[in-house]
Amino acid sequence: MSYDNELYQQVILDHNRKPRNFHEMENATHSCHGINPLCGDDITVYLKVDEDEGVVEDVSFTGSGCAISKASTSLMTHHLKGKKIDECRVVFNEFHKMVLGEFDPEKQDHHLGKLTLFQGIREYPSRTKCASLAWHTLVGALDKKTEGISTE
Amino acid sequence: MGDANTVSTENPCIDVDKIRADFPVLSKEIGGKPLIYLDNGATTQKPWQVINRVSQFDSEEYGTVRRGSYRLCENSTRLYEEARQKVADFLGAPTCHEIVFTSGTTQAINLVAHSFGRKFVNTGDEVIISNIEHHANTVPWQVLCEEKGATLKVIPVADNGELIMEEYDKLLTDKTRIVAVNHVSNALGTINPIKEITRKAHAAGAKVLIDGAQSTPHMKVDVKNIDCDFYTFSGHKMYAPSGIGGMFGKMEVMEAMPPYVTGGDMIMQVTLEKTTYAKPPARFEAGTPPISQVIGLGAAIDYINGIGMDKIFEYEKSLLDYGTRLLSDIDGLRIIGNAKEKAALLSIYLESAHPHDIITMLDQDGIALRGGHHCAQPTMIRFGVPATARASMAFYNKYEELDALAESLKKIIKFFS
Ligand SMILES: Cc1ncc(COP(=O)(O)O)c(C=O)c1O
Repeated sequence: MSYDNELYQQVILDHNRKPRNFHEMENATHSCHGINPLCGDDITVYLKVDEDEGVVEDVSFTGSGCAISKASTSLMTHHLKGKKIDECRVVFNEFHKMVLGEFDPEKQDHHLGKLTLFQGIREYPSRTKCASLAWHTLVGALDKKTEGISTE
Repeated sequence: MGDANTVSTENPCIDVDKIRADFPVLSKEIGGKPLIYLDNGATTQKPWQVINRVSQFDSEEYGTVRRGSYRLCENSTRLYEEARQKVADFLGAPTCHEIVFTSGTTQAINLVAHSFGRKFVNTGDEVIISNIEHHANTVPWQVLCEEKGATLKVIPVADNGELIMEEYDKLLTDKTRIVAVNHVSNALGTINPIKEITRKAHAAGAKVLIDGAQSTPHMKVDVKNIDCDFYTFSGHKMYAPSGIGGMFGKMEVMEAMPPYVTGGDMIMQVTLEKTTYAKPPARFEAGTPPISQVIGLGAAIDYINGIGMDKIFEYEKSLLDYGTRLLSDIDGLRIIGNAKEKAALLSIYLESAHPHDIITMLDQDGIALRGGHHCAQPTMIRFGVPATARASMAFYNKYEELDALAESLKKIIKFFS
């Protein structure tokens, strides 16, 4: 029995165990709270945005949840640090479509890097929200949604 | 085959391989691995005896019921009523007129809450449920009490998953109108002392509804002996098609109850000014019923009787004991619910992994379990866990399947630690 070519790979487990950028951000310019009632995932994403340059200088998060949501958020923060806001939105779109099975990074050009790890979640529509919660919360932060995000 | 200490897996009292051959889906593979189906608490698989009976009825005998005097209809009406008699015998009901068909347990409980509840529960009255109920036996009573200004009281549960009966005694008053508890808890597996619960409720002047969704597939039920006023069940949890279930209701209690859903088939006479209602059970079966599903339910009861409920109970108990031993040996794993009287169900909590991650990882090994709150959020809150992974067994499960579950769980624990 091996989970190697499957959804639960070493990288995901590693990010679950030792999430990156896992802390509150004191001088955040944007933040948003997101919940996924299915798994009880509950996260807050913090951003420091340089509005003049349109660049996300720093990303961090806090919260708890299943391994998929935690690893997805951790990898997202890692992936987006230093990217332009426009680029972030492009990655969000690709990621969102990928987990829904509408975008195949093996066949199309993409900007997902390691995030393609989450492709396997398309087999489990009930759990795509675990992977995409971080991203919806990120967009909520960028759009300054004060009421927070719920996947339901 | 591993042997979990003292549990004997030799010479099981039923021929499991022969039974498995009756269930087409059990020989299927999921992602190249043999399916290990351990979500019987949610719904059960169907044997070909049920599948074929429904298909034969639909292809050769299908007609409406109670609404025509041509032979196709007369015949389907007869088969439909024969199935009602099978349910009555299965539950130990005195007469088949005390069996009402509904779409399942949820609708049966709603029927009682709306019909009995609307008429007999009033401001200041009390309704008693327990802390280990399915939402189907919680929400209808909450809504009723809110509407009526009545009070909902809850029998607490001890750490081992058993109801605290001394507290129940204290909750009963002369204001209690109905006590609604399950026979077997779907979240913990606890078999509740429903005969005692019923006797005490009756002594206080209250009626009793027993939610039998999790008991009817796994143990002998005798509503006459229990003496409850209502006993509900779901066909899809007992090897029958989905969309059919029902309840036993004592005739004298049901006769005093107004209709819940109104329309065709539940009337005595209709004029534009006034309608008089049919006697139970017709009073509670408005509209064209799920006819083929009722025929399938009858076939499922025949199938269960063919194996024998005593043997089913004995074999499933051995599966429970075997699984309990296996899982108790695993570090970092907790079994939630350890009642002395327990059905073949293991609610599993791992310190290291989220229940939904467990479920997805088990699925990658072909093992189907339910993860979540099992529609029993108050129970999860009571035990301080957000959710559990639940292995719920049936007579077609094998000891080897529990070995595979234990191995997979160990791997998951290792992976996450
Ligand atoms: C104890 C219990 N009560 C009620 C229900 C609801 O049954 P159904 O969904 O078939 O109406 C279930 C099943 O989910 C159950 O396990």
